[in-house]
Amino acid sequence: MVRYALWQLASLVAVLVGATAILVLLTNLIPGDAASVLLGSRATPDAVAALRQSMGLDLPAYERVARFLWNAAHGDLGTDVISGRPVTGTVLRAIPSTLMLAFGAILVAIGLGVPLGVQAAAKPGGLVDRSTAFLAVGLISTPSFVIAILLLLVFSVQLGWTPVLGGGEGEGFWSQLHHLVLPVIAVSFGWIGYIARQVRSSLLDVLGQSYIKTARAYGLPDKTVLYKYALKVAIIPVISILGVGVGDLIGKSVFVETIFGRPGLGALINSALRDRNYPVVQAGVFVVVFLYVFTNAMVDLLYAWLDPRIRERFFRRGDH
Amino acid sequence: MDELVSIWANPTGRVGLIIVVTLSICAIFAPILAPYQPSAINVPIRFSPPSTTHWLGTDQLGRDLFSRVLYGARIALGVSVAITILALIVGALLGIAAAYAPPLIERAILIVFDLVSSYPTVILALAFVAVLGPGVTNLIVVVTVVFVPQFGRVARAQALALRHRSFLEAEVILGASPTRVLFHYLLPNILGPLIVLASMNVPSVITLEAGLSFLGLGVRPPLASWGSMLYDGFINLNQAPWPVVISAGALSLATLGFTLFGEALQAAFDPQRGGNR
Repeated sequence: MVRYALWQLASLVAVLVGATAILVLLTNLIPGDAASVLLGSRATPDAVAALRQSMGLDLPAYERVARFLWNAAHGDLGTDVISGRPVTGTVLRAIPSTLMLAFGAILVAIGLGVPLGVQAAAKPGGLVDRSTAFLAVGLISTPSFVIAILLLLVFSVQLGWTPVLGGGEGEGFWSQLHHLVLPVIAVSFGWIGYIARQVRSSLLDVLGQSYIKTARAYGLPDKTVLYKYALKVAIIPVISILGVGVGDLIGKSVFVETIFGRPGLGALINSALRDRNYPVVQAGVFVVVFLYVFTNAMVDLLYAWLDPRIRERFFRRGDH
Repeated sequence: MDELVSIWANPTGRVGLIIVVTLSICAIFAPILAPYQPSAINVPIRFSPPSTTHWLGTDQLGRDLFSRVLYGARIALGVSVAITILALIVGALLGIAAAYAPPLIERAILIVFDLVSSYPTVILALAFVAVLGPGVTNLIVVVTVVFVPQFGRVARAQALALRHRSFLEAEVILGASPTRVLFHYLLPNILGPLIVLASMNVPSVITLEAGLSFLGLGVRPPLASWGSMLYDGFINLNQAPWPVVISAGALSLATLGFTLFGEALQAAFDPQRGGNR
């Protein structure tokens, strides 16, 4: 297990360095260059040269990547080119709002998705199963921003039950929770369907195995067999999709935060993009990728801890 | 053809097929079907509700929403199908190259795939658009890059599985040229799984295109895209609800239709895996 964890850690660092390299080098693709785009066409060559230097654009590519990583490791993600303030604070302030949204969405998705999936698998082909299957496709296929806007239209504009804008900053816990309701529903919708399906199909696999038949033959009640014996094993594959899910949740948060005016990472990246504030975009995307890669590694570890076969397979293949 | 028959036999697949065909007809014949020019502005009748003259009402500039929905189908379907096909071709070539190349090049291709997928898709697309700037061409390039690794991985796995099959080795021994092996034997045999993957990806591509256009980073006005129509409706939400409802409806119908179609196609190609619904 320790050896597996070390391998995962090493590949995490490698991926992070590579991803940062792409991110830093992306600025080379800007037509013209970042400094002249920022200052506009009327800027003097001296001003452009000064900004280029302060943004580090005059350095060779590898040095910029190394410098970004070195500074990031020391908690410095760059300087906001518009306000002149350090980016780190801006990005850190945006993280809690996005994490609240993501955790809320995961809780709702598991809370509704798992029971739906279990009920569907309990009677395959039954009414619950068929309606869940249909519901799941609908939930999965509808884009989150469509759901967000329709929720906003019905509950905030027409009914006036929920606030229209913002995250309820500085208004206390209950107000924040109130502001969180619609965004969380919008983000979790697709995941309810996805988890319900995944739980159903992995539960059906498990229910066909002989130890379940034995448990049933001993006369254990259906509920005990289903929840205590089968679900425990069937839930493992669901954990692995949560890793990929985090990336999806962060992507959705860009739209949902923009629509509901929540001050999160997604909204920050989106608005910095509009202002061509590249250092903020860079720092925001870096943090997002870090969170994504990190949670994926955590999920991998959890998965390997729950299911030792995965560790063994990993080392038997030899490469990597 | 067999696949189409078995999709039709599957009730949800039939719904998907009907939606996909209807939308394709709307997209292809939009200039004939649309009663108005999609960008014809008529401010005095802005925000008029659905009526006999404007079936789905008008938007904030008095443009006919029905015509815009039809032209939007052109963008949504045209761009998404173009992106999916491009990603399939590039992914297939890279994947096959990885399977046949010396280990060092294989490693390099796989690392690029890993790096691209180490970004959440929306975030990578945003980062690319940030530097390249908005527009249809950039949108196509960016979203293609995002989706290439999935096709590449599947193509590589398929090519590796086929590589040492005796019929392929026999062709090589008999002196078939590499291009002949590639186009006559390798591609036809790995195309099935790639097409299934492509059809499963179309809804995600439609969503991503609409999402980027919603953020003002994809299709630019005055072109009618469902994503930008949704945005226009969103900022005028307190004036009139129907522009939002209509563009949201068109978008959801398309993603639902392509999802159902893709799943039925998967079931048709691979009855065992498709059977879990």
